[in-house]
Amino acid sequence: MPTFFSAAPEATATVAQAGSTEQLLMLLLLVLPMAGFLLTAVLGRRMATPWIIAVPTIVLVWAIASYLAFQALVQGAFGNEAITFTAYKWIPAGHFEIPFNLFLDNLTAVMLLVVTTIGMLVHIYSIGYMAHDASRWRFFAYLNLFMFSMLLLVLAGNYLLMFAAWELVGLSSYLLIGFWFYKRSAALASKKAFLVNRVGDVGFALGIMAIWTTVGTLNFEQVFTLLPEALRVGDIQQWMMVGICLLLFCGAMGKSAQFPLHVWLPDAMEGPTPVSALIHAATMVNAGVYLVARSSPLFSHAPEALILVAAVGIFTAIFAASIALTQKDIKRVLAYSTLSQLGYMFAALGVGAWTAAIFHLMTHGIFKGLLFLGSGSVIHGVHEEQDMDKMGNLHKKMPITHWTMLIGALAISGIPPLAGFFSKDEVLGEAFKLGFQWVWLIGLVVAAMTAFYMFRLMGKTFYGESHVDPAVEPKIHESPRSMTVPLILLAGLSIVAGMILGLPFGDSTISRWLEPVFHPAMEAAGVQETTYSLFGVDGVLILLSVAVATIGMILAWRLFGFFREKSHLDKVRELTAKAPRLYLGSFRKWYFDELNDLLFVRFGGVVANGAAWFDVHIIDGAVNGVASVTQKAGDEIRQTQTGRVQNYALGIAAGLIAIAVSIIFLTTR
Amino acid sequence: MSHSLDAYLVLASLMFAIGSFGFLARRNAIAMLMCVEIMLNGVNLAIVAFGMFTPALQGAGQVIALFVMAVAAGEATVGLAIVIAIYRNRRTPLVDEYASMRE
Repeated sequence: MPTFFSAAPEATATVAQAGSTEQLLMLLLLVLPMAGFLLTAVLGRRMATPWIIAVPTIVLVWAIASYLAFQALVQGAFGNEAITFTAYKWIPAGHFEIPFNLFLDNLTAVMLLVVTTIGMLVHIYSIGYMAHDASRWRFFAYLNLFMFSMLLLVLAGNYLLMFAAWELVGLSSYLLIGFWFYKRSAALASKKAFLVNRVGDVGFALGIMAIWTTVGTLNFEQVFTLLPEALRVGDIQQWMMVGICLLLFCGAMGKSAQFPLHVWLPDAMEGPTPVSALIHAATMVNAGVYLVARSSPLFSHAPEALILVAAVGIFTAIFAASIALTQKDIKRVLAYSTLSQLGYMFAALGVGAWTAAIFHLMTHGIFKGLLFLGSGSVIHGVHEEQDMDKMGNLHKKMPITHWTMLIGALAISGIPPLAGFFSKDEVLGEAFKLGFQWVWLIGLVVAAMTAFYMFRLMGKTFYGESHVDPAVEPKIHESPRSMTVPLILLAGLSIVAGMILGLPFGDSTISRWLEPVFHPAMEAAGVQETTYSLFGVDGVLILLSVAVATIGMILAWRLFGFFREKSHLDKVRELTAKAPRLYLGSFRKWYFDELNDLLFVRFGGVVANGAAWFDVHIIDGAVNGVASVTQKAGDEIRQTQTGRVQNYALGIAAGLIAIAVSIIFLTTR
Repeated sequence: MSHSLDAYLVLASLMFAIGSFGFLARRNAIAMLMCVEIMLNGVNLAIVAFGMFTPALQGAGQVIALFVMAVAAGEATVGLAIVIAIYRNRRTPLVDEYASMRE
């Protein structure tokens, strides 16, 4: 129950009421995709072009979101503060009153930009990619549903509303992974994603309950002032704060697929490639990062939780990168790469470099979306083949896909002046300067691995000798324009986004945008604003990270080819033969699926069977036993009820006699 | 013994016993109702006898007997009506045929 609820008023001081235009636009952001989903779901089956509603809707949403983000970020129209408004009372139940309130600050604006921009491009790309699928109306309906859920997630003004949206994106992800549900592997993968996400969501739900029981409100602006206040005056202990943060992080781990809940994301690649690009690379998997960044005022009071966040993040980064080195499926390499980059973001959150984490989220969304869409174009071109051993030398036949993917690969490897360089360097540099040298060191190794596996992918796909099926070889073609245009746009963004957002060094655009959001948290956590010295420590760090990335890249060129450079697959075979255990371990994803199978399927199955036996025989046995005893007894006793009047009358007479006799005996004694 | 309470009570209990036996032994619903009447009359006789032989009552026991007769009349009416209704339905006056309520 709310104990110190009265401390609320001054909490809302920095949050302004949204103007009526903004209210309308924020609501439209939710209403439009929902309407698109409903219309497409109802009418889509009968339409010749099922995307005719879904795609223009998202273009409109993108325009609105861009306008709002422009107002918030560039114009500073909302005074660098959050705006909020309550649409209606969502759950009015006595003390437990949850409003349907939307919340927009610079962090939300940045997320809106990422979600709607990539969402729109993926929608357009899907027109071409799904052109041959008979049930593509279902696909577009689901995509609209996802956009609604994701926008609700970033716009939500309280934890419960966010949780509802959190589950909705999970649902859309489940539906889209299992889009080709008649494929057994896709059906299993969607189920796996759903179940693994539940594990994390339990933690998130518990965290929300803990917040409610502590401060009696779930609205962001109130929680963020009341909870630290309660900690300061001693109403809650430090361990409670850490506990709440860890529970929230638990949810983030599930959605963002951090170790050990990472197992679902690679399998999620069973879904159509645009889905992998949109949901499982650029937007939904970032929800965990967003949650932790949004809760930064809480996390800043729980340094123990932050260290765990950093440790989990950087471990996932190197763990996933080591798996990506050996995978053969082009989409799986990208999936493990996504895990690894998400690990970077969590590492940045953990060391207190929140701005860097969101910066990396943005750039990663762009270039990973690009890479996934490019891989989809490749898969499309070689007739639904995903095995990189059956590709090669495609760079002349698919020039646009090749060039855009090359830009994406350079960007993710951190080669200046592309987007990934700026954000990755900010993550690593901040980690180093904030005193987390171990995070920096591991991050540096991961950077080299990233460059290596990306150019391994490029080499195997676009350069070297062709291993394409001879029957398919002459039919390889560049993808239609609806697919290449989004690729070109994303490639353009990958080139310029870093320079726009990350410059000038030390006072970058993105940090000016996000400074007001993270300022209280940075103050509370005691994060020192370090001065930037391009010719001092920062310059050295930049040189180091570019150097290791270049080394990884050149190594991959020498082994897997690059333009004229021939591939040397015999050398690769020699190298893997030298460390067969290491290779096999990485190839088999460090046996994590096997471990889960053993732990949860086999061992868990034994426990579940035992519980089922106990339930059937002991619990049900007791209940059924009582019932059958009653029934048997009833059957026996029923024999006395003959239905004959005389028998009953005899009973009455006998009773009468008994009473009379006993009265006589009792009174004449 | 010709003019003592005991003689009346013996007769009354005899009537009650006959009525009880009849009610238990006969299968005909009409006969059973008649037996009930005999029992009631036995009880009535006992009440009137007590009223006459107890000086404090000054013969007022007859009033109770009148009440019992009135109630018995009502009971006989309702009872007969039910018996007739069942008879119309089942075409038998024998009560051991009326066992369909058993299940």
